[in-house]
Amino acid sequence: MSDTLRPTDSQSPQPGQPLLARIKRRSFFMYAGATAGVTALALAGCSKDETTPDTAATSAVSFGTGDASLLNYAYALEQLEAAFYAKVVALTTSPLLPAEIPYFAKVAIHEAIHRDFLRTAINRDFSGTLIPDLTPKFDSIDFTKRVKATTDTKLGILDAAKAFEDLGVAAYNGAAKLFKSAVYLGIAGQIVSVEARHAAYVRDLITPGSFATNEGTDVLGFDRQLAPTAVLAIAQTFVEQTLNGSTIGQ
Amino acid sequence: MNFFNIIDLLAEADPDVLDRFSSRRAVFNSLGTVAQRAALATSPLFLGALFQKAYAGTASVPTDILNYALTLELLEADFYRQFLAAGQIPAGAARDAITLIKTHEDAHVTYLHDAIIKMGGTPVAGSNTTGIRFNPNLLPATYADQLKYAQVLEDTGVRAYKGRAAELIGTDLLTPVLQIHSIEARHAAHIRTMRAQQPWVSLGDDLATDPLYKAAYTSGVASSTKTVVALGGTTYGIPAYNPAQPSPPESNQQQGAAGKNAAVLITAGIGATTYLPDDAAAAFDEPLQAAEVLDSSRAGGLLA
Repeated sequence: MSDTLRPTDSQSPQPGQPLLARIKRRSFFMYAGATAGVTALALAGCSKDETTPDTAATSAVSFGTGDASLLNYAYALEQLEAAFYAKVVALTTSPLLPAEIPYFAKVAIHEAIHRDFLRTAINRDFSGTLIPDLTPKFDSIDFTKRVKATTDTKLGILDAAKAFEDLGVAAYNGAAKLFKSAVYLGIAGQIVSVEARHAAYVRDLITPGSFATNEGTDVLGFDRQLAPTAVLAIAQTFVEQTLNGSTIGQ
Repeated sequence: MNFFNIIDLLAEADPDVLDRFSSRRAVFNSLGTVAQRAALATSPLFLGALFQKAYAGTASVPTDILNYALTLELLEADFYRQFLAAGQIPAGAARDAITLIKTHEDAHVTYLHDAIIKMGGTPVAGSNTTGIRFNPNLLPATYADQLKYAQVLEDTGVRAYKGRAAELIGTDLLTPVLQIHSIEARHAAHIRTMRAQQPWVSLGDDLATDPLYKAAYTSGVASSTKTVVALGGTTYGIPAYNPAQPSPPESNQQQGAAGKNAAVLITAGIGATTYLPDDAAAAFDEPLQAAEVLDSSRAGGLLA
């Protein structure tokens, strides 16, 4: 089970290879930017209108298209993470070491902030597109274990935390290129590095020094990136509703 | 002059032009009354503003952005070389961690160098004695003080990549650059724990008030004019410092400004729960402008 949770399908970066076709466009941009010296007229009201409200009250969650779908995709992942850490923090008897508990309390709050912030931003900028609350399904996690033994079939708390954080980093990295707006790409960038900090912390708890070590097909010095459909296939394990991300970013 | 003809001509050169302008209808509706539209749509003033909005932040070509990233990676790699060579790092976990981070920075240097060459550009260069390198006179004597520079460089690297990612929208460089960005964040988290700090930004960080973290833009970019950086055997452009939008400090607690919508206060404005300032600051890392990063008061001041 744990093997299927890890995002191992990272792809090698491809230095420079696809860029030559872009150069002409870029030089055009420079020209356009250089000739635009006037800011007298503010363009108010340029919000995107590419929204697909999810009105059907079914058990399937559809993310729609455009930047709204990407923010909802992030919102789904942050919902899951926040729910997981909230459950860890609420344990009356925790298998975590005493020194680890305050850190998990912090991470739980960070993820709750990400969730609440994304919900607020989606409702503000893409009214009517917010996906419903997800129902978490954590039956593959044993909350009485700090880490799983090799014979265990369920994840321990640290294993699950590592899986969530690494998945979150790969998800933001893989979705970045689908953003149309620099504003929302920027927000995703502000969140992903915090997820990477969480991932490094949790990995070091499991194996000291493993904060950024390679696993599977990882490329030395490069974090993972996964397409939304690949991420949701993994996240689906932890959600009751059916997640349909086939149009995310389109 | 027909405004939409101009847009159509632009679309031939730039297929994404309509996305940049939102949609035709959104642009048109934003112009107000019919009379205003007729007047404005033929106004050079309007067109200038429209282009500036649509193409803001695209003043640098990709090789410029990669050379900026390569500058920082060379600085980091050379710092770790000197850090290891100084012989102060305790053997075992500490030395293993710094060695691993050094191999990552070397991999980033190689990747960016090769990418720039494949794009026909000239990569900046550095060695132990010339070009882009960490100023050896700044290397402290003790392990604890050396480790402070590691944290500064990693946290600054995270902010630097964040500050320029948007300029790579629409290129295939965006993904690998972000794959580097989040690795730098992992480095930063680990070095912070080596220093008994929180892995993430905290208001209680011992370096929170260090000038290398907090300095406002001062005199300009090290070794250059304000927009053309001359380093490591070549030159590259960076965006001019934007004094209207200095990057927020890491203690920032307001996020999500988008167009006409103002940022929301994380501590009070995002739901039923209120959050503490320290958590609001920690939950989001902040970007830095290139001119701020390379400013003599920040990472630029660490160059030899």
